[in-house]
Parts: sequence; C-alpha cells; structure tokens
Amino acid sequence: MSTPVPNLGAPHPGATSELAVSDGLIAETTEVAAAPGKKKKRGYGLTFWMATVWLVVVLICAVFANLLPVRDPLTPDVINKLALPGEAGLLGTDGLGRDTLARLVHGARVSVTISVTAVAIGMVVGGFLGIISGFFRGKTETILMTIINIILAFPALVLLLVLLAFVGRSLVVISLIVGFLSIPIYTRVARATTLAVAEREFVRASRTMGAKNSRVLAREILPNVVLPVAAFGLVAMGVVIVLEGTLAFLGLSVQQPAPTWGGMIFDGKRYLNEAPHVVLIPSIAMFLTVLSLNLVGDALRTRFDVRGSNL
Amino acid sequence: MTTARPLDGRGNEPLLEVDDLRTYFDTPRGVVKAVDGVSLRVDRGKTLGIVGESGSGKTVLSRSIMNLLPKNNTIREGSVRFEGRELTTMKNKEMRTIWGAEMAMILQDPMTSLNPVTKIGDQITESLGIHLGEKGKVAKAHAVDLLKSVGIPAAERRLGEYPHQLSGGMRQRVTIAIALACGPKLLVADEPTTALDVTVQRQILDLLETQQHERNMGLIIITHDLGVVAGRADEIAVMYAGRIVERAPTRELFARTRMPYTEGLLKSIPRLHQPSHTRLAAIPGRPPDLVDPGPGCPFAPRCNYAQDKCLTETPVLAPHAAGHEAACHFPVGTTAGQDALARNLAAGRTAAGTPLDSSTAIATAGAA
Amino acid sequence: MYVLRRLPSLLATLFAVSLLTFLMTSLLPGDPALQILGAENATPEAIAAVRADLGLDDPLPVRYLHWIGDALTGDFGRSYRTNEPVSEAIIDRLPVTAEIGILAIIIALLVAIPVGMLSAYRAGTRTDKLISSTSFGLLAVPNFMVAIFLILIFAVWLGVLPATGWVNFTDNPVQNLRSALLPALSLAIAEMAVYTRLLRTDMIGTLQQDFVTMARVKGVSNRRILFRHALRPSSFSLMTVAGVQVGAIIGGSVVIETLFALPGVGRLLLEAVLVRDLLMVQGVALVIAVSYVVVNFTVDILYSYLDPRISHGRSAARV
Repeated sequence: MSTPVPNLGAPHPGATSELAVSDGLIAETTEVAAAPGKKKKRGYGLTFWMATVWLVVVLICAVFANLLPVRDPLTPDVINKLALPGEAGLLGTDGLGRDTLARLVHGARVSVTISVTAVAIGMVVGGFLGIISGFFRGKTETILMTIINIILAFPALVLLLVLLAFVGRSLVVISLIVGFLSIPIYTRVARATTLAVAEREFVRASRTMGAKNSRVLAREILPNVVLPVAAFGLVAMGVVIVLEGTLAFLGLSVQQPAPTWGGMIFDGKRYLNEAPHVVLIPSIAMFLTVLSLNLVGDALRTRFDVRGSNL
Repeated sequence: MTTARPLDGRGNEPLLEVDDLRTYFDTPRGVVKAVDGVSLRVDRGKTLGIVGESGSGKTVLSRSIMNLLPKNNTIREGSVRFEGRELTTMKNKEMRTIWGAEMAMILQDPMTSLNPVTKIGDQITESLGIHLGEKGKVAKAHAVDLLKSVGIPAAERRLGEYPHQLSGGMRQRVTIAIALACGPKLLVADEPTTALDVTVQRQILDLLETQQHERNMGLIIITHDLGVVAGRADEIAVMYAGRIVERAPTRELFARTRMPYTEGLLKSIPRLHQPSHTRLAAIPGRPPDLVDPGPGCPFAPRCNYAQDKCLTETPVLAPHAAGHEAACHFPVGTTAGQDALARNLAAGRTAAGTPLDSSTAIATAGAA
Repeated sequence: MYVLRRLPSLLATLFAVSLLTFLMTSLLPGDPALQILGAENATPEAIAAVRADLGLDDPLPVRYLHWIGDALTGDFGRSYRTNEPVSEAIIDRLPVTAEIGILAIIIALLVAIPVGMLSAYRAGTRTDKLISSTSFGLLAVPNFMVAIFLILIFAVWLGVLPATGWVNFTDNPVQNLRSALLPALSLAIAEMAVYTRLLRTDMIGTLQQDFVTMARVKGVSNRRILFRHALRPSSFSLMTVAGVQVGAIIGGSVVIETLFALPGVGRLLLEAVLVRDLLMVQGVALVIAVSYVVVNFTVDILYSYLDPRISHGRSAARV
C-alpha cells in the first residue's frame, strides 16, 4: 500500500529564490503554496495525535484483554442476540448473542500479535538484507535483489494462501509466514534508504577519513535507516491487519471461535439485512486502526524523508 | 516611486509600458516583495536588457509582465500596458489571444521548456493552429520555414524528433522558433543563454538579434550577466531587491555608471584587455531578504559607499542625464560619491558596518 | 527493438517463477499421496503405488523437469479431488477473473484520472483537500469491507444488482455486466485511491515544469495543457504502479470471488488450498504468477512507447 508523499520537493513561491516563483502555474486558483505550505507548522497536527491515541487504545486492549472489565467474548446469549449498541452491552451483541465489545477487545489481540510479529520479522530480516545490499552493492546486491524481485512476482495473497495450505494456521504460524513474506518489501525500502544515506556528505566524509565499514554501518547508516524503515513498518502494519482480516474472511485465520476482527465481519455478513451494526462495528474498528497506522506512518515518513525513487 | 519617462516616446504609442508595477507574494514567512515599484518601457524594434543577480526579482518581473503568475497569494498593483491595452486586469482567457500571438517568451533551460514526450513539429504547429488556424500540410510547411529561419539544418527531419535528440543549442533554437511562430510584437527572453555552452551563447544571441531586426520586434533580455546585453541592448535596467536601481541607454550606462551596484556588476565581468592576473571584484555579501526589507537602501550592507543616510532613507530613481536614472544618495563618479568612499576608506568600514577591504576598494576607486 | 532486448530478462523471470512455484509446493510438509488417498485408505502399499504413479520418488530436478515440460504443453495434471484436468479448470475460470479485474482497472482509471488531475489542478484548495483526504481514507478500507457495503446498498437495500452469482457473457451480455459490476467495483475502490494520489503528486510536479509555462505562453487553453501537455508526462509512475497493483487485484479476486460466489481463478485457488489439492494449487499459482509477470512486462513495453526517451535513448546509446 503506497501512500505517495505530497510533493515536498516543490519550491515555495515567494521563497527568496527566484526560480521558486517561476513555476508554471496553470490557473488562477492553482496554489502550489498549499501543498508544501503546511510545513510551516513544526508539529504533527490534531489528526496525528488522535490517530496515535487510537493506536494506544488498541494496543492496551490487546495487551490487557483479560484484565479489562469486559464480558467473556465466547459466551453466547441467544436471547439477546443481534442486540443494538446499548441494548445489551455497550456495543451490542452478534448473531449468537456474544458481546461485541468483548470480542473487539479480544480480537485486537490477534490483529496486534500478527501485525507486530510479522512487522518485526520483516523489519529485522528485511532491514538487515536491505542495508547490506545497499551498502556493499556489487554481487551481493544483484543476487539479493534478483531473488526479491522473483518473490515479488507472486501476488502476496497467493503466496500466503499456498503456504498456509500446507503449513497450518495457528497464530504463530500465520505471524511467521506473513513476516517472512514481508521481508522482500522491507529489503527494498531499507536498501533504497541506505543508498540515499550512503550518498550523504557525512557518510562519505566518514568513509574518506578511513572509518571501517562496520563502524560506518553502525554509527552512520543504521541510525539513519532505522527510523524511515520503522515509519514504513507502521504503514505495513496496516497492510498486515487487512491481510489477517482477509484470511479470517476466507476462514483461514486462527481457528474459530476465537474472535478476530475479520472473523467478526465475516460472521456478521449473514445478518447484514436485519442488523447491519454487527458488521459495521468491527469494520469501523479495523478501518480506524488501519487509517491511524497510515496517518502516523505517513507523517513520520514525511518527516524522515524516505525517498521512493530508489525503490 | 517617481518615474521620469523618456521623452522620445511622444507621438507613437509605446509597445510595452510598465508603470509602478508591484508584485508581492503572501507566504508563511511574510509578504515577499519580489517586484516593488518597477516602471519601464519597450518600443518596437528596441531591446531592453534587465540585469540583476538571482533573487533580484527579475524573473518574477518577467512573469508579472506576461501575466503568468497565479492570482491567489499574489498581490499585484500598478499597470502593464501592451499597445495601450491594460494587461493586469485581463483574465487568462483574454490573455490567451495575446500569449503566443503578440507576446512570446523563451525560458532559461531549453531542455525543460520543451515537452519531453511531444515531437518538435507538434510543439511548433500547436500555436500555429491556435492563433493562425493553420493545420496539416500548411502548418507543417510553416514549421519547416521557422526551423530554417532559426538555423536548424535538416528541418523536415527534425519535425519528427523529440527534444532529447537535439543538442542544447538546437533546443534553444527550437524554443525560439516556437516563440516566433506567430510573429509576436514582443519577445521576453528570460536568461536565454544561461544553460548553454559559452560557444553556443553567442550564436543564440546573434540569432535573437537578427530575428528582432527582421521582425521589428520589441525584445526584453533578462540576465544576470551584463556581458550578455552589453553590445546588444538599446537600454539597460539594473534590478536590485525588486526595484530598478539604475537605468540608462547602454553606452551611457557603461560610460557613466552611477549606481555602486552596477559598478560592482561591471567589475565582475572579466575583460580581455586586463592583465591576466587582475583579480575580479566580487560583490561581497548576498542579495537581501525580500520579506520586510525595512528602511534604507537595500544595497547598503554590501556597498562601499554606504553612509548613515543610506541606512535610513531609501533612495529613489533620480535623473542624471537624458534617459539615465539611478537610485543612489552618493552616486559613483560624483563628488558626493567620491567623498563617501574616501570617508569609508579612512574609517576602514562602511556606515553599514561592512569592513572595507582596501585592495578591492582601491581597485574600485581607481576604476571610478 | 526494445521488446526484443527485454525478452531475455522476461524468460529468466518466468523460469525463476516456475521454479519457485514448484519448490514451494513440493518442499512443504505433507505427503500428497496421503492427501489423495485419505487417512482410511492409506495403507503403505497404496501410498507407495500413488507415489510411484505421480513420480514423487524421483529426485527434485527430474520432477521439476517433468512438471514444467508438461506445463509447457498445457498439461498441469489432474485434480486429486475431482479428477478434472487442472488446465481445463483454469481455462474455464480465467475469463471470469480477467473480466472483473480488467473492469476494475478501467473503472479505477476512469475515476482516478479526472479526479487526480482536478486535485492537482486545484492543488491546495478545498476541492483538493477533499479529494486527497477521501482517497487517503479509502486506502484504509479493505476490499471485503467495500464489497459488503456495496452488497448492502445495491443488492439488499436498492435491489438493483445481484449480490451473488455469475452469468456468462455469451449467455447474456447485459446480465453478465450486472453480475460483474459489484465485484469489479469492490476491487476498484482501493485502486482508485492509489491511482488518484499518485497522479495528483506527479501532476503537481509536471504543472510546475517549464514546458507547461511555455505552453501557457503559446496561448494554449488550460484544458489542453492538462490533457495534451501534462497528462502523458505525469502518467509514467501511474502506469508502473497500475502494473504492480495487478497483483493486489489478483489477490483481491480470491476474496471477492468467494464473497460473490463467482467461478473465477481466485476461488479455484482458495478451494484447492482448502482441500490441499497439490497439482491444482501448483497449476493455478503458476498461471497467476506468469500472468502477473507478463502484465508487468507489457506495462514496461507500453511505458517505452509513452516515454520516447526510453526507447530512443537506449537505441541511440547502442548505435
């Protein structure tokens, strides 16, 4: 999922440079100032902080699901099934009368576990490979990037399905496979960032002055690559959450009746006509989480200035 | 800002007349006064050179004259009259009948000013179609003529080529052909040779000159390099910090420079007749910030002649000779100027606090 | 010619992709013979017989050569479950997936190109902000969610389009289009957002180019500048990304075909995966990966036509 960063390279009209103003603007209303113009605020803005708060809430739910004062997510209550929010429980109940809020809270655990594990694996392994190939270049890079391009020749979901079919589908296995599958894309991001960083003056200076490769890697490259890759990881986490939801939707995620957001949406689909809120509530939860991850990841990515050109 | 109009324009309507033009940009940093009260005039068949460093507002001035700037975030006052028609109030729709047909422009970098994915022929015939209604074979034949007239060999073949297949000089010839396609009365050339090899620069300038004479066209050449306009322009206007600080017929300007900034520009041109180790005098410091410039002469911090008056009072253009105006309290080549320089040399620094390097100052004084 | 020069790399990629498909499905745990026979029939002798029959005891390189040799002649073997030839199953279902996929891309481009251009043309205005934030929001909506809400609105509430089922084009073109519309739309929404954002960014960059100023100074109308001068140079990354995004569409088709009960390749793959139908999985995965590679190869070729600098630049360098 790529979310192109607004044209930050665009010069600001009225900056003292003359060329900045010579931009070929087209219409009376065209205003280049606005796209990069918001940069004048150094802060992140309200939406960023709202998104962060939401992510923290989801994280707390996932970690402390058992301690939070919610009902048991598995106990059916057929009399109160498909209850509207407020009628029975804060967010109503599903088709079997299970408490929606409780299932959301416990479902967050699956989403968070899978996305955090997968992103961690992808980031560490992919990041390592990317830095190595971007720093040492040469044959290592050629071979690595060839392999990665071949893996990327498969649509991700197809690979995932094929692997899941033969390996099984516990929480651990799914996390591992998704993590494994996301290695290539992190390798690309880390390599692109490394290439950009390695060209910067301070790294060149350090190398010219005879610093050892290991020192340059640890002291100059790594600190400058970690943050952009981590910011990308946040956006990727959103992708993984959607992927888990998709698997649940296909009946390939963790076994029922353990609640997952994707599974809740899938179950609720049957009651779409009579009780759309059963689908709506987990959908909103998933949407808000992915949106928040995109927002935060994008804001950080913009700040760390990851260049997409080398991808 | 007062304007003393040249007297020779009486009787025939000037081609272009700019009067007290101001162009400000509203930015997060504040209002940028890119063009701050500029008046000038161009007659048919005449060349005006506008000279200034980058950041002096000359490019904005050209866009403002051409009415190309975006309307929002831009404050524009004053008037631009083209053959008596007021351009500042014209909508884009009206401008389109003038752009290309009556006013044309060429830009600095011919690589970026041609569309990389469109054939050269199509880029030339486009304006022929819009303004002259020429299509198909007629337009194509016309395009071939145009390419020939700007000195492009094998013109027929070039029509089907893309810009990246041509050299820099050839590309600039193509942009000139495009600009001249519909026989404009005024051509604005914004740094037409800056991006080109030195050897090609002269050819392009010669080409512009011949075309101008053939077509009796008004020409504005905008450049940072006085050498480019030295032998070609009828009149030169020197811009600094969004204003015209000196204007004179070319000979007059070179013979009797009045503004210390112009003097600095002249010093920075290498000359063949100088001994080979003569140091080129650079103008110290950087162009001023155009946001909220404050009182006084904007050039004062970089000026060898700066006095206390320069820090508090902004000089206005004042006449020195027929058609020669300069905005300076202590003009070069006058007693006031000599006294000011002598005072500063004695003090070792100017009133603005800039230390005076005696070697450059003496070189300057000697030349003056 | 540019196409010919790129051909070797295409063939190499195709080879690598087929190898990966084979290894992935062959090295994973689980004995296919056991799968075929089922637990109750799996006597050691029976297993041995099936293994011999399938050539599973041969060394891997031999097995790969057999498999790829057969695949090249269009023989992917037979399904363990239905005994249907894999190639026939794929050929039956490919048109469905292709139709909704292509329809999705067309819908997405038809919306994204004008909207992205408008957004760039009006950059910084309220229109632009609305478009930008909407497309940013749409990026966070998974396709199955889109599908559910489209079904809710168009099938359940309005009742104008079918919620499930497929009608072949040859049987009834109108009904075919009706049955393809919601699935295609479900796949198109996210693509729209991706394309719109991309085109907006690139277009804003293009509109600041000198050649756009030059076009204005020629007296060219804004509409003509946008469509004739700015669109083509702004569409290069859009094309590349559209090619890459075909992968997302193929992946999405698994979900969407399942949800709408469409007889497409995606659902075929899912069903084969669920019952561990090895040869079917192998065949479908290979066909999908090969199509994906070929699509991106085609995009690369089209790209060189769109940007004369590529084809000319390289041929000039060779002369």
